[in-house]
Amino acid sequence: MSVAYLLVIAVLFATGAYLLMHRSLTKIILGVVMLGNGINVLIVATGSRPGEPPIVGADGTITDPVPQALVLTAIVIGFAIVAFMLALVWRNWTLTGDDQVEDDVEDRRLAQRSATGSNKSVAMHHEDVA
Amino acid sequence: MNFFLVAPIVLPIATAAVLLILRNRIAQRALAFVALVASLASAVALVGEVLSRDGAVVSRLGDWPADVAITLVADRLAIAMVIISLIVLITVLVFAIGQGSGDERSPFYYPAYLVLAGGISQAFLAGDLFNLFVAFELLLMASYVLLTLEGTREQIRSGITYVVLNVVESLLLLFAIGLIFAATGTVSMAELPARLAELPDGVRLGLNLLLLVAFGIKAAVFPLFFWLPDSYPTSPSSVTAVFAGLLTKVGVYALMRTETLLFPGGQNTLLIVVAGLTMIIGLLGAISHTHMKRILSFHIVSQIGYMVMGIGIATELAIAATIFYLIHQIPVKASLFLVEGIVEHETGSSSFDKVGGLLRRSGTLAFLFLAPALSLAGLPPFSGFLAKLSLVQAGFTDEQYVIIGVALVGSLLTLISMIKIWTGVFWGEIEPTPPAGRVGILRHHRTMASATWLLVIVTLAISVFGGWLFGYSMDAARDIVDPSIYVRAVLGS
Repeated sequence: MSVAYLLVIAVLFATGAYLLMHRSLTKIILGVVMLGNGINVLIVATGSRPGEPPIVGADGTITDPVPQALVLTAIVIGFAIVAFMLALVWRNWTLTGDDQVEDDVEDRRLAQRSATGSNKSVAMHHEDVA
Repeated sequence: MNFFLVAPIVLPIATAAVLLILRNRIAQRALAFVALVASLASAVALVGEVLSRDGAVVSRLGDWPADVAITLVADRLAIAMVIISLIVLITVLVFAIGQGSGDERSPFYYPAYLVLAGGISQAFLAGDLFNLFVAFELLLMASYVLLTLEGTREQIRSGITYVVLNVVESLLLLFAIGLIFAATGTVSMAELPARLAELPDGVRLGLNLLLLVAFGIKAAVFPLFFWLPDSYPTSPSSVTAVFAGLLTKVGVYALMRTETLLFPGGQNTLLIVVAGLTMIIGLLGAISHTHMKRILSFHIVSQIGYMVMGIGIATELAIAATIFYLIHQIPVKASLFLVEGIVEHETGSSSFDKVGGLLRRSGTLAFLFLAPALSLAGLPPFSGFLAKLSLVQAGFTDEQYVIIGVALVGSLLTLISMIKIWTGVFWGEIEPTPPAGRVGILRHHRTMASATWLLVIVTLAISVFGGWLFGYSMDAARDIVDPSIYVRAVLGS
């Protein structure tokens, strides 16, 4: 594994983690893509000896193929998940008209109850839950 | 290659592929049922072989040599988990058939359900970490579909939280596997114990923690549990029952393997503290809610605490208690959700301010709730009592008095919240008023009722055969507490 790979992995991880923290769903998906690819690069890079490029080493020898097999599977799985998440976010957009993570209604109700100290608002929200 | 070992994984998944083409609802139901029953039969057929061998039955797909083949391993623990989860999957499938007869379900329900079943079996039987990761992805992908199948606003909202969290969990797991491979050059669970033992302590600790966090999210332990009570209540009860009974338990199973096989280190204080907090926080959440499904969802979290406690103590007795707890917990939890499903199907809700007095409408339904509920709280003579007793015993032998205290208080709180459901849903005025001339509840939902009966009978059977089952758990624990048994079974020599 060379420093260049480490840098690429670090940048992908950092951007991925940063994007995941957002409330916007599109950014979260992008974060998942970044983070996933960071890990994929990491796994490919683990196949090589220190300081040498992965897959075909400096002296022309082929490195351990197991990580490449693993990463292929991981890429396919990641692809499926991103496709599903996109569909989910699209559905969310058609339902709510925006692209934000929403609050849990029941949680909000409980918070409201403890804030006002009464059970008055209990009945009205239940349809949302069941 | 052992056919019986491969069948519980391949049969459901292959059938799922057929069902995707075959959109006929009756055919889908029949085929799904047959596939699961056949998987169960082949898992049961394997028991004799597992018991007769010392350790485990091992199968290498395609008969490749041990270092490159995908290995499946069935030891006593794995085969017990596969059997009990297939039993739950079959009964819940029957329940879903009963529940779905009224409404038009999506043609993707049964395929997704079968993929879930295959993924769960694979997770239990996986012999290497990467295969375990693929199994997790398989069952998670199916669970994403099942959770958001109806596509209502509430489902999509909670589905997004669930999906994002579990995707992050998967990425962490993949990351951990990548690092483990970098450090040791293998992902085989049989080769890893020896190679991990050679690593410097710091590296070992880091890898162990990464796996703990990844599996901890899956198992919903404190502080990684918050996604669960948020997402589970929004899906139909037939889906929630399977999720509640099985998905978190796969996480617990993986935690157990990690702590006994990959990083055996005796008692783990971190896990014990986490276990105590998981019990109490889950129960406080349960007590604060007034909605049956939500209370039960929080209970999943608190019960995970008990199992993690056993893994944390990590003596042979504690692991045996945890295995027994797992086996008892899966049908109990699922049957409680099935009862909730019947309540919701009959009355349109399971919120305390909308439902009441069901005891007067159907005593049998009340019994179907009461038996698993008391078992969950750990009252004798139910299986939960045996499970909790053995955990407490393990704690006493290891002098872990604080966590025993917490566990017993937790037990009391469980009882309180079960009483809360009892008074809210089964006592009081009959609410909502049933249509004139409608007597009873269960006779209108025969399929759902018989599925629930079946699961309750399974939980009662676990109490009746508790002694034998605990002996089996002791054997299973002996096999996994000493990693060399597993290693010898897989690698030969």
